[in-house]
Formats: sequence, C-alpha cells, structure tokens
Amino acid sequence: MTAAVQAVSMLAVGVLGALVVLTRRPENQAMVFSMYGLALTVLFLVLQAPDVALSELVVGAVAYPVMIFLTLAKVRRREE
Amino acid sequence: MRPRLVLFLVGALGGILLLAWGLWGLPGFGHYRGPYGNQINARAAKERHSSSAVAPVVFDYRGFDTVGEELILFAAVMGVIVLLRAQREEHEEPARLRTEELSFRVSESSRVVALALIPPTVVLGLYVVVHGHLSPGGGFQGGVALAAAGVLLYLAGEYLSFQRVYPVALLDLGEAGGAGGFIVIGLVGLFTGAAYLSNVFPLGITGTLFSAGTIPVINVFVGVEVAVGIVFMVYEFVEQTLLVRRRSS
Amino acid sequence: MSNAPYLLVAWLFFVGLYGIVTSRHLVHMIVCLSVVQSSTYVLLLQIGWVKGGTAPLFLDVPVGTRAVDPVVQALTLTDVVVGVTATAVLLALALQAHKRSGSLDPADLRPMRG
Repeated sequence: MTAAVQAVSMLAVGVLGALVVLTRRPENQAMVFSMYGLALTVLFLVLQAPDVALSELVVGAVAYPVMIFLTLAKVRRREE
Repeated sequence: MRPRLVLFLVGALGGILLLAWGLWGLPGFGHYRGPYGNQINARAAKERHSSSAVAPVVFDYRGFDTVGEELILFAAVMGVIVLLRAQREEHEEPARLRTEELSFRVSESSRVVALALIPPTVVLGLYVVVHGHLSPGGGFQGGVALAAAGVLLYLAGEYLSFQRVYPVALLDLGEAGGAGGFIVIGLVGLFTGAAYLSNVFPLGITGTLFSAGTIPVINVFVGVEVAVGIVFMVYEFVEQTLLVRRRSS
Repeated sequence: MSNAPYLLVAWLFFVGLYGIVTSRHLVHMIVCLSVVQSSTYVLLLQIGWVKGGTAPLFLDVPVGTRAVDPVVQALTLTDVVVGVTATAVLLALALQAHKRSGSLDPADLRPMRG
C-alpha cells in the first residue's frame, strides 16, 4: 500500500517536472511550476517529512508565482 | 543551436549513466543506516524538551548552519534591492501622483476574497511560527505564510495601503532586527559560560508552548526576518513594475 | 528494484539541465534551474526514509517509535526557503539584462565590454 502511494507520487513528480521544462511560455510555466510544487509537497508528505512539505507548499504557492509574474509584467511593460 | 544540443545529449548520456550507477550503490531505499538520526530521535525530547525532533536539529544541534542560511537570505534580499534600484537614466515617480493607474482594474470579487483572506492568513502564519517546536512549522515556513498576507494586500489592488502598511523604514528595521536577534541570542549563550548558541533559556515541560528554551524565541526572530525579507523583495519588484520609468529626455 | 526510487533524482536533474541548455527565454531558464534544485531535495528525503517509519514528531506517539531521519529534513527545509530568495536574485538579474540589451533571449546577450 505504501509502495503504491509512493510510486504514484514519484511518477507524478517525474511527469510534472518534464512538463515544466517543456512548457516554453513563461506565463504558462509559472502555473505548471505551482502544480509541480503541489506534487512535490505530496511526495514529501509520503516520505514522512511534514516540515519540508509545509515549506514547499507555502513557497510554491506564494513566493515563486508572484515573483515570476512581476518580472514578466515589468518586461512586458518595457516592451510596449 | 544544433551542435550545442548534440554535445549536451552526449554529455548528458554519460552523466545520467554515472549518476544512476552512483545512486544504485546507495544503501537500500528504506534501510537508513546512519546512527545520528536515530540517536536524535531518541534524545531530542529528553534533552531539549521539544516534541518535534526537527526543530532542535535546525536551531540547536546544528544552529550555526541555520545562522549561515539566514544570512544567505538576508544577503539575497540586499542583492535584490541593490539590483532593482533606479538606474541613472531612470527615475522613480512618487506613488501619490499615479493613484488611478495604481489601483488597477481588479474585479470586485477578487478584491473581496483577497481582503477577506488576510486575517486568517496572518493568524495561520503566527500559529505556524510560534508552534515550531511542537508540530511541523517554525520560523521559515510561518514567515513565508506571513509574507503571503502582505502579498494579498497588494493583490487586492490596494497598492497605496500596501505602501502605508509597509513603510520602508519599518521593513528595514524588521529585517535587521530579525537577523540580528538570532545572532544576539547566540551571544547570550556565550555570556553564560556555555558555547555560542547553546540552549540556555529555561526548558519547560515538553509539549507546552513555553518549552525548549531558545528554540521558540529563535523561531520568532527567524519568522520576522523571512516574512519581512520576502515582502521587501516583492515590494522592490512591484516598485520596478509600477513606478520606475525611463527619464524622458 | 530496491533502489529504483533514487532514479527519479537523476531524471529530474537531467530534465532540468536539458531545459537550461535549450532555453530561449531567461525566465524559463530560471524556472528550469528550480527544477534541478528540487531534485536535490528529493534525494535528501529519500535517503532519510525508514521503511515503516513515521514522521519525527513525538507529540502523539511515544518517543521510542521508529521514525525517519530528522537531520536531512532539517537541511532541506531551510534549503527550500533560501532557494526561492536565490531565484529572486536571478530574476532581478534577468530584469537588468533585459534593460541593458532589450531582449530576454540568452543567445542575444553579449559578454560585457570594458
């Protein structure tokens, strides 16, 4: 049972990691990266690490998308 | 582009084979052998009166590493501030002259939801910071959650309130206070005759809020520093996006 | 097949590296770098896992129960938060590069002169 849950979460992390790299537009990539952060949080929980899962959850939901979108907004504003 | 890709694929093939070979030679997955972790699990509650075994490792047994990590965070925030200052050919417009543009077109439902989420986020962040030695949490995680509350204020479209709640002087003070406070707590250990960062505050009863000596105090300082640091970085990026303009000449 | 989970680390590392090498946009490159960083977090936590072990928190369970390694968790949790601030520095650098050269394509960035 544990092995099945671990296998599924590791598979999800692997697939989403590849998807993050294959998404070329940074606006879309920020959202896919948040999903990847969620998959990582589930994997960390399955590996019995709730502290690390909490860190990854708040960072992936709050800090990363905000900074990426702000950078992209500034770049787009300069280009128009 | 093509030759670079071919070169990378050749190198990556060799690299991935070597890495897989190395990883295969690790002790079996699930058969952790190291004595250090088992010893800490057995002793952390007795020695430090903390029910989490991770918090004493971060702030007590290996506290010196955490001082270094916190200073990395501090330096990164300084780096962002320096990099995003107004350059010679740009100038920064005062925010009050651009009120209409700054309260940009946020839909009413987004504003209500964002504003309504701020108090629960602050309470949750404070809870996570203060209960670091009892349950999963601590300064780093709770600090980012508190920074989320600040970012929500900006997302609700209230840039001027964002600036008034977080004046730059207060942000500077908070960040310096957080980083400096951690270092000073370590010095308290020195003054009482023990080593730097020894746990010299009274250890209470395991499982209560006021236990584990210096660990909750350090958690509060780290939480303040991380929260203020991240809000400061977001503030710099927002200023760049909204206020810094090229000098029209 | 007992060490198969460790191969996820190698996969993530090289997928991220592939993204960095073939990137045409600096922000895309920075996010791929974050994927490479996350492979190290996964490796650390996988090393510490004990079969049948629980989380290293002893609020509800007695102290002697088998638990996973807390040291690697301590290393990883500060790592995650500091990693995001390092990414912020990289994003600020990308912004300045865009200001200087007008483009975010790594192939267009010239080495600095003078």
